[in-house]
Amino acid sequence: MGLLTAIVCIVVLRVEAQSPKGKYGNVALTNATIETITKGTIQNGTLLIVDGKIAAVGGNVSIPSGTETIDCKGQFIYPGMIDAGTNLGLNEISSVARTTDFNEIGEVIPQMKALTAVNPNASAIPVTRVSGVTTALSIPTGGMLSGTAALINLHGYTPDQMFAGFEGIVLNFPNTGRRGFFDRRTDEEIKKASDKALASLNDVWEKATQYQKLDSATKGKAGYYPELQALIPVMRGEQTLLVEVNASKDIQAALKWLKEKKVKKSILTGVAEGWRVADEIAKSGIPVITGGVLELPTRDYDRYDKAYANPGLLKKAGVKVAIKSESNNNNYRNLPYHAGFAVAYGMNKEDALKAITIIPAELLGVANKLGSIEVGKSATLFICNGDPFETKTQISHVFIEGWSMPMVSRQTELYNEFLKREPGVKK
Amino acid sequence: MKKLFVLLFSSFILLGAMAQVDKGNLLIKNGTVITITKGNLEQTDVLIKDGKIAQIGKNITAPAGIKIVDASGHFVMPGIIDAHSHIALDGINEGTNPITPEVNESDVINPFQIGIYRALGGGITTVHAMHGSANAIGGQCETIKLRYGTFDPEVLKMDGAPRTIKFALGENPTRSHGEGSGIVPRTRMGVEFVIRQAFTEAKEYSEKWNQYNKAKLVKGFRGAPPTYSYRHEVLSDILNDKIIVHCHSYRADEIYMMLKVCKDFGIKRIVFQHVNEGFKVAPELAAQGAMASVFSDWWAYKFEVYYSTAYNAAILAKNGVVTSINSDDGEMMRHLYHEAGKTQKYGGLSDEEALALITINPAKQLGIENRVGSLEVGKEADIAIFKNHPLSIYGVPMFTIVDGVVRFDREKDPDDMRLVVDPKQAIETATFRDKLSDQDHCMEGAEFILDSELFNANKK
Repeated sequence: MGLLTAIVCIVVLRVEAQSPKGKYGNVALTNATIETITKGTIQNGTLLIVDGKIAAVGGNVSIPSGTETIDCKGQFIYPGMIDAGTNLGLNEISSVARTTDFNEIGEVIPQMKALTAVNPNASAIPVTRVSGVTTALSIPTGGMLSGTAALINLHGYTPDQMFAGFEGIVLNFPNTGRRGFFDRRTDEEIKKASDKALASLNDVWEKATQYQKLDSATKGKAGYYPELQALIPVMRGEQTLLVEVNASKDIQAALKWLKEKKVKKSILTGVAEGWRVADEIAKSGIPVITGGVLELPTRDYDRYDKAYANPGLLKKAGVKVAIKSESNNNNYRNLPYHAGFAVAYGMNKEDALKAITIIPAELLGVANKLGSIEVGKSATLFICNGDPFETKTQISHVFIEGWSMPMVSRQTELYNEFLKREPGVKK
Repeated sequence: MKKLFVLLFSSFILLGAMAQVDKGNLLIKNGTVITITKGNLEQTDVLIKDGKIAQIGKNITAPAGIKIVDASGHFVMPGIIDAHSHIALDGINEGTNPITPEVNESDVINPFQIGIYRALGGGITTVHAMHGSANAIGGQCETIKLRYGTFDPEVLKMDGAPRTIKFALGENPTRSHGEGSGIVPRTRMGVEFVIRQAFTEAKEYSEKWNQYNKAKLVKGFRGAPPTYSYRHEVLSDILNDKIIVHCHSYRADEIYMMLKVCKDFGIKRIVFQHVNEGFKVAPELAAQGAMASVFSDWWAYKFEVYYSTAYNAAILAKNGVVTSINSDDGEMMRHLYHEAGKTQKYGGLSDEEALALITINPAKQLGIENRVGSLEVGKEADIAIFKNHPLSIYGVPMFTIVDGVVRFDREKDPDDMRLVVDPKQAIETATFRDKLSDQDHCMEGAEFILDSELFNANKK
């Protein structure tokens, strides 16, 4: 008997030691303040999740009998936040090259697909999603045309299960800025490098244009040129070009270039000095994914808070603005704080909320599924006890495509183990 | 001639010692005063005389002619202290030897850096300007006050603040020296060895001098003094509790190792810096009275910070370790109040506990808690005034005051706050921080000895 108990205990311990899994099922979230983003705020509302989608939302929703109910009294429901500037899944430890997959060799490699290398078990994924960031654009970097970025939901066991329906080609537009304290090139060297890069970009574009014509003429039998093939959807306006550009001069040059090349679908990303040329960006009609917001001014003589104010100034000028967090640091959980700082330094709060929900969803062509609380959309959302921008706000539940996420990450597990360590000093 | 020289020389010394520090008189009216040590006081005034807090109370009568700052609806808190920074310095790493206590950041202070003003814009008034982490025993550091506007490096120094020195464990010293130059240390074993070796040699050195000093008192002594070594003088000062050790560290094993080294050599005052895995040895840190200065949430930028948790500060604080939150970064230091706020999300610290992490606790770690870090009568008038609560995401520093002098005024300051304009600087060149390698400012100046693929990739 004692032995049996021991075996049962071991089995139970084993089960407890496993990482908790996501849970799928129909759920009713009741008595909540629901921030729909697109259709105002619903007080004391109910949100019904059926088959992974939002089946009903409002003040008067009938709940099918037997549906699990979560009482959200005093709580708020928001759509999952979208960080349109990460390398989630591609980067485990940024300074250990063998653990990173975002930077392939080559200057012109648009055919390199982020989705291929997304590691569904990257440690940063649970860390990010328990903070309400449910969806992320995972971006390859380096070179000129770095690869194909992919939008992923932060739950799933294969890249395809995570794929959220958007891929875009990344272009690092020729840069006349300095890269940091160790970039000791002269101004002349910088100019030369950027001129050369632009010439080489134009060359690639010319080839891709010709190839695209050949491809049409030969009905897809123009030969195997993977980097040119990968650019065809952009040439034909079927895919978005994500143009990373930051210095004001470069932004102007990029706008001119995009117009000249008649690129139909494009988004400017980064855009650190956007405020300097905000009117020109607005006039172009090209939308922007800007960030990180928690940054230094780019020039010594600029006002100290320009990076914080940038999203608000762009919006004020009439630019369509999404906000992203910092790239490459695995702290995408701070996305709401980037938006929050934009608010503290001048952006309208509602606009900042949209800038991390519905606007990125629209820009990435997934607004039919993500970015707001609306009937028929994916049940990708979170429940919290206050303003999601506020630092101390706690998130109690996260749903991704109807899957209720375990609210744990390695960081919470370490907390639970070490808050009251046993044994203490004496064993 | 000799007299003239002595006169001139001593007046130089006098000038140096009496670096002219501006001290202000000011009345801050009607704010919510967050004292840190004595609770919050609503609608309260703070009177500053000659750079010090003279009175805290309601309806203080303004002395004739005094400058008044209206803090109605605002929050008045002690100036924020960053216990780990590299601003205002022209040199960070003397990366040529694993042991370099002989170098001192006080020699390379640059009062012109715009980063000083930007830090004021985040409510910072005091920073620990540190040597980097390339060496196991690095250089001496300088505690400075952000008296931006002065051209004199001496004026930035916080006169009378205890001496401090930078130590570093783990990946940075091992990759700088072991990987970079092929000398010990290449491993954490080697790091322990070079530190113990240095201290042991310093003890021998002191012993030789003690013997000599004793022997020379005996009549007829004819021996020569031991060779003077500034390196060993500084190491001896550490062993004699004249310098506070600030030790860059990440992993629990290396922190534990250093605690044992301190015990063995009788080192009482040590502050572990970064200390991402401090939470794993919090009971040991608390038992030995060691302190911890941590990041709020940085992790995963290198292997030794992979098993980090944003709950680190809360675990340490709840285990009784005197904990602060630092930046090590010119951007992050502009919102340490927000970083402190993260301990409310990650670990549920109270407002008081969270704000202590950026005020009185870093003051304790720098040995200046009797002068700054809380709002109390008699303390130095280093004050940050916020619109909205400093722990709220909407908190915005409006005024930053150092020694009673307003050094930052959000409404009135012009956009361009440079002290001097470099005529050769290109107007159009912008600098964008590299998101990959800038996470470790501790290695600035030591890139040349690194074979890091990232640094090399960025150099092209």
